[in-house]
Amino acid sequence: MNNRPQQSLTRKSLPQQHVPIADALERLRTHRVVPFDVPGHKRGKGNPDLVAFLGQRAMELDVNSMLPLDFLGNPVGVIKEAEELAAAAFGAAAAFFMVGGTTSSVQAMILATVKRGDKILMPRNVHKSALTSLILSGAQPVYIDPGTDSNLGISLGMKVEDVKNAIDKNPDAKAIFLNNPTYYGICSDLQSIVRLAHARNMLVLVDEAHGTHFYFGEGLPMSAMAAGADMAAVSMHKSGGSLTQSSLLLMGKGADPGYVRQIINLTQTTSASYLLMASLDISRRNLALNGKIAFDKVSQLAAYARDEINQMGGYYAFGKELINKNSIFDFDTTKLSVNTLKIGLAGIEVYDILRDDYEIQIEFGDIGNFLAYISLGDAKRDIERLCSSLKDVLRNHGKPTARPAPTNEYIHPQVAITPQEAFYAEKRAVALSDSLGAISGESVMCYPPGIPVLAPGERITKEALDYIAYAREKGCSISGTKDPDVNEILVLK
Amino acid sequence: MELWFSEIHTENVRLDIKLEQHLFSGQSDYQRVDIYESKEYGRILILDGFTMLTEKDEFVYHDMLSHVPMAVNPNIEKVLIIGAGDGGMVRELARYPTIKQMDMVEIDKMVVDACRQFLPQTAGCLDDPRLNLYFEDGLKFVRKKQNEYDLIVVDSTDPFGPGEGLFTKEFYGNCYNAMTESGIMVNQLGGTFYAHDILSMQRAFGKIKGAFPIALAYQANVHTYPGGHWLFGFATKGAHPVRDMQADKWSSFGLDTQYYNTKLHVGAFALPNHVLKLLGV
Repeated sequence: MNNRPQQSLTRKSLPQQHVPIADALERLRTHRVVPFDVPGHKRGKGNPDLVAFLGQRAMELDVNSMLPLDFLGNPVGVIKEAEELAAAAFGAAAAFFMVGGTTSSVQAMILATVKRGDKILMPRNVHKSALTSLILSGAQPVYIDPGTDSNLGISLGMKVEDVKNAIDKNPDAKAIFLNNPTYYGICSDLQSIVRLAHARNMLVLVDEAHGTHFYFGEGLPMSAMAAGADMAAVSMHKSGGSLTQSSLLLMGKGADPGYVRQIINLTQTTSASYLLMASLDISRRNLALNGKIAFDKVSQLAAYARDEINQMGGYYAFGKELINKNSIFDFDTTKLSVNTLKIGLAGIEVYDILRDDYEIQIEFGDIGNFLAYISLGDAKRDIERLCSSLKDVLRNHGKPTARPAPTNEYIHPQVAITPQEAFYAEKRAVALSDSLGAISGESVMCYPPGIPVLAPGERITKEALDYIAYAREKGCSISGTKDPDVNEILVLK
Repeated sequence: MELWFSEIHTENVRLDIKLEQHLFSGQSDYQRVDIYESKEYGRILILDGFTMLTEKDEFVYHDMLSHVPMAVNPNIEKVLIIGAGDGGMVRELARYPTIKQMDMVEIDKMVVDACRQFLPQTAGCLDDPRLNLYFEDGLKFVRKKQNEYDLIVVDSTDPFGPGEGLFTKEFYGNCYNAMTESGIMVNQLGGTFYAHDILSMQRAFGKIKGAFPIALAYQANVHTYPGGHWLFGFATKGAHPVRDMQADKWSSFGLDTQYYNTKLHVGAFALPNHVLKLLGV
């Protein structure tokens, strides 16, 4: 390209104080350039209602790619500099700014690694974005049982021996995909898994959506890049403080950034938002310069809340005591995960009560637990409100008898054809009771624990049908099929 | 030279008080604290730009939050005071020899220190031997207590800033839990005149009603507060503020009060129609 801006020549090892994208936007603003390009609101002038709603500043920053602002699809200037600064800050060989959420980062990792028919190892409790990537790529999943904690009813990390078994049984697999940490803060032994996988020439891809802070805080679990993983998808907008939908895709030494760039450009917008990109740039600077202190504070707030909640009796805010150096190799102490079974309430009930009665919105609740997300933005007095509300919920709603822990039997999936083939195949609806032996055309999910019993392309086994019947009898919520009552299931013709 | 303090009551209304001299300014972890001397109102305590008290009219507020509950239950022995860093609440309650223990929980030590130095009119009683002073979050303090206090006085700032937690359902719920069976909670609810004050007053009153079987509002005129007409909350597990008032017993304390008397007590619970409508009662 001959329209390469000057900034690109002065690259290499900019200090982390720099925010190249934000600075370029600021320069553009002060130059008062007359816009005869998109977006058509022209710095807000054409949409006064939106200016009133969002503020003048946000509208002025909502501009299109142009020479001084670089182009996300093929960055050669300030975006390239900002990506290099991010790579340096995260200890990665390269980094991509992503504007389609961490879903787009996960999809890019998988699409860049496995082609149609290739095998990829992954735990059964992967995020939806990994499953949709299988449909896009045509790869064949080999699932590993993540195991569950029978008292808490949560999915755990991957045991090294389970990973080793899966690798031994599938030496032809191209890659292994992991969630680390889990939503609840459970971490696997990434370093050992990377060593095992690399010894068999498999790439290691990490969905690190909930682990941005691992790169900056002290005393936190090991990050994917530090463990030697080949790629990691990092939700900067979660613990990193950037705007919703902005994300980072990190490359380890073993990845091919040039090819990954091509894959990203298959689906990425050509009108990437500068609000999102500037938020990544400024957040990266903040994490690099202040992250250690900020996450120390987050850890302290979470530790304080955990102690306070555990003193109330009934609730169990779990922490590092769970660590068993295997399925729970490490625990992310910034996560405030609380088990509610002993107070006779489901986590989701506490979630609802806090929102409806106490004006407190927490991250999520399931049958046995809820998660309150503690971050850079929290103050001590907000934690006091949460703790006092939990105490009051206990007094007003707590029940003398504990709820039983949910059932957590793992159904071994039999992958008959790839999710992609199943997705595009002709299907017909049959009664669940008549579906034995057929290939499922859709998913059946069971909450708890939120792990699929069946996924598209999998053989419907007696084990699976028995489990669905059992779970239904136990009051679990069954969902995922077109038929809302899950009496019928779509199977392949 | 003229020096004026402007308190913004609404976007379009302010109260200006001419000042004589500046006494104290400080920024604590929680708020900005200022004390000035004025000609008309005497010394003024200002937190984050809002008047908390003036020497001239503080008696109204402190009388109404102390003597009203004491007349309903003259046997109160153990009191929890939340906020009240200026000391005015302690000054009034310390006049009852029957009170055995006062625990005062103020989040901001700077307020107490500054008032001790510059507002002896209210802070002069903070050395009472029955008083235990705690500098911590009232929301936290009260959640650790159960069936302990005969009276909880919530003398908070407005529901924006450090006082926010004292206007929540969880706070009132934990107060209920911290009170004895015959316990009383009183608090300042806010003004009834300006839209902004009305909204937060309504929300706070609704939450008290949700947490206590008996919850009523009562009134006073506090001259320097926005709109002038102020509401307080009175909440118990059963006692009624008017029907259960023990006027004779209270009179036997022989207290000389500037604002409160037992007839006014009854009248304070008789609210104007527009206020009844705002409260939905």
